[in-house]
Amino acid sequence: MIELSGLTKRYGEKVAVNNLTCAVRPGIVTGFLGPNGAGKSTTMRMMLGLDRPTAGDVRIDGQHYDRLKDPLRYIGALLDAKAMHGGRSAFNHLLCLAQSNGIPKRRVHEVLDTVGLTSVAKKKAKGFSLGMGQRLGIAGALLGDPRILMFDEPVNGLDPEGIHWIRNLMKSLAAQGRTVFVSSHLMSEMALTADHLIVIGQGRLLADTSMADFIAQNSRSYVRIRTPQRERLLDVLHGAGVLVVESGSGVLEVDGDKSEHIGELAAQHQIVLHELSPQRASLEEAFMQLTAESVEYHAHTDTPPGPLEQFERPGPQPGPQWGDDWTRS
Amino acid sequence: MAATQVIRSEWTKIRSVASTVWTLSLAVMVTIALGMLISALSRNEFDNMSRDDRLSFDPTFISFAGMSLGQLAMIVFGVLVVSNEYSTGMIRTSLAAVPQRGTFLFSKIAVATGLALAVGLATSFVTFFLGQAMLGSHRASIGDTGVLRAVIGGGLYMTLIAVFSMGVATMLRSPMLSLGILMPFFFLISNILGNVSATKKIGRYLPDQAGSKIMQVVTPIDDDTPYGPWGGFAIMALWALAALAGGYLLLKKRDA
Repeated sequence: MIELSGLTKRYGEKVAVNNLTCAVRPGIVTGFLGPNGAGKSTTMRMMLGLDRPTAGDVRIDGQHYDRLKDPLRYIGALLDAKAMHGGRSAFNHLLCLAQSNGIPKRRVHEVLDTVGLTSVAKKKAKGFSLGMGQRLGIAGALLGDPRILMFDEPVNGLDPEGIHWIRNLMKSLAAQGRTVFVSSHLMSEMALTADHLIVIGQGRLLADTSMADFIAQNSRSYVRIRTPQRERLLDVLHGAGVLVVESGSGVLEVDGDKSEHIGELAAQHQIVLHELSPQRASLEEAFMQLTAESVEYHAHTDTPPGPLEQFERPGPQPGPQWGDDWTRS
Repeated sequence: MAATQVIRSEWTKIRSVASTVWTLSLAVMVTIALGMLISALSRNEFDNMSRDDRLSFDPTFISFAGMSLGQLAMIVFGVLVVSNEYSTGMIRTSLAAVPQRGTFLFSKIAVATGLALAVGLATSFVTFFLGQAMLGSHRASIGDTGVLRAVIGGGLYMTLIAVFSMGVATMLRSPMLSLGILMPFFFLISNILGNVSATKKIGRYLPDQAGSKIMQVVTPIDDDTPYGPWGGFAIMALWALAALAGGYLLLKKRDA
């Protein structure tokens, strides 16, 4: 169990994480979702005690991270695949991590085997591909056999085979009863792996909900209809009080899950239908809608709304400036 | 978190990167080779020296002449041991594994200092004996008054140069910035301040000038330095401690 309470991080004027309160529960995959620059990595760094919160608090099983004895046995984290010395061999990289937390040497061999790097264990990490580096980072996270695992954008830049591997790994870790906390900026990725969702935008909590509830609430369902007797169907639906939208090239759309009702109406009036299919708007759209609102909200508070100002922000603004992010990645 | 675990981990780190081997071997080779060369040249020059120079001729100190260049490799060693963590991003992995930053830093420093001390002492003894061999009839003996202290002091001097560099690198994080400040400081600025009479009084409190006093056996004739060999060494140790303290405070406060 990881508990965040009122977690806030400010870099000068810029608020990276804004009063975040939520909990990451054990035994499930929790997706941590937000657009790039939403504050996901900053939040994760604060969870690991790397960055100091401006305000608020993170507790792991009730304790601060720096109070944990041998923290790698509690939490394994993959923050950045490049967070290692390239001149050190994969084996030695893992060995020095293991030794610092009193983890036996045989675990190094075990995790190398798990991630499939045994054959290159003696090779220097700088010769590794992105996918291999990612695997080595994951081996480091698994080293202490921790109950909580944390992955920051684990599929970024990976090939389909690597993505598939990481997805299965996360699912199997959760199936073993571990807490898995994984960040992503891709809703589609989360939809495949996460049971619970924490969504942030501009450092602010936007949603903290189960995946099923999120899908139910945020994805618009509608019925797609095609018919050669368009005018008649419109009349009939109008008469029945059903709202219809024309979406071009002869396709009609009706909000909600009303395909049965529409089918029966069409049958009663002997209208031919070429298509009657229930549809769901993609989760990606729902996510973009959700985060777009947070961006819009901030634009309104910072500056009077104007189409250009969102891109240019002229003059001395208290808001984030172009290049603000360069000092941190 | 047991410090012994972290020390073992830091030992694995330091022995598993190439920079440790090449910086230290460079320090050893340069110090010894240059020391021998200058010792040999000094033997040939001895007969042409002035009376004062002959009286204050210090064969022990001359055999350590290579340290002026060898210390630069020691500086690179000290800087890289610490700043490697930052330039590679390893620091985040390291601090996630060892969140007690004091334990992390001082284990790292302890391991690197131990290694620098072992290499420094070995270098110092080898340099002394080979240098004396080059000096021929003008040689000093390890049994002479103050010579053993000077030879051990040579090893301690190299160690403290590395420690001071580790402290500076902990503060500055970037290897290029650290080297860019330390190299010219020790190679140029300190020498200039120490040789211009107006700044001499300040220059002799700089870490390398104060510290190198411990390698002197014969005091130069017009020398008015207000501290002795161990006094100078203590001044250098204070510099190193101050750099470490600054590094520790910044590491403790800073985001990784």
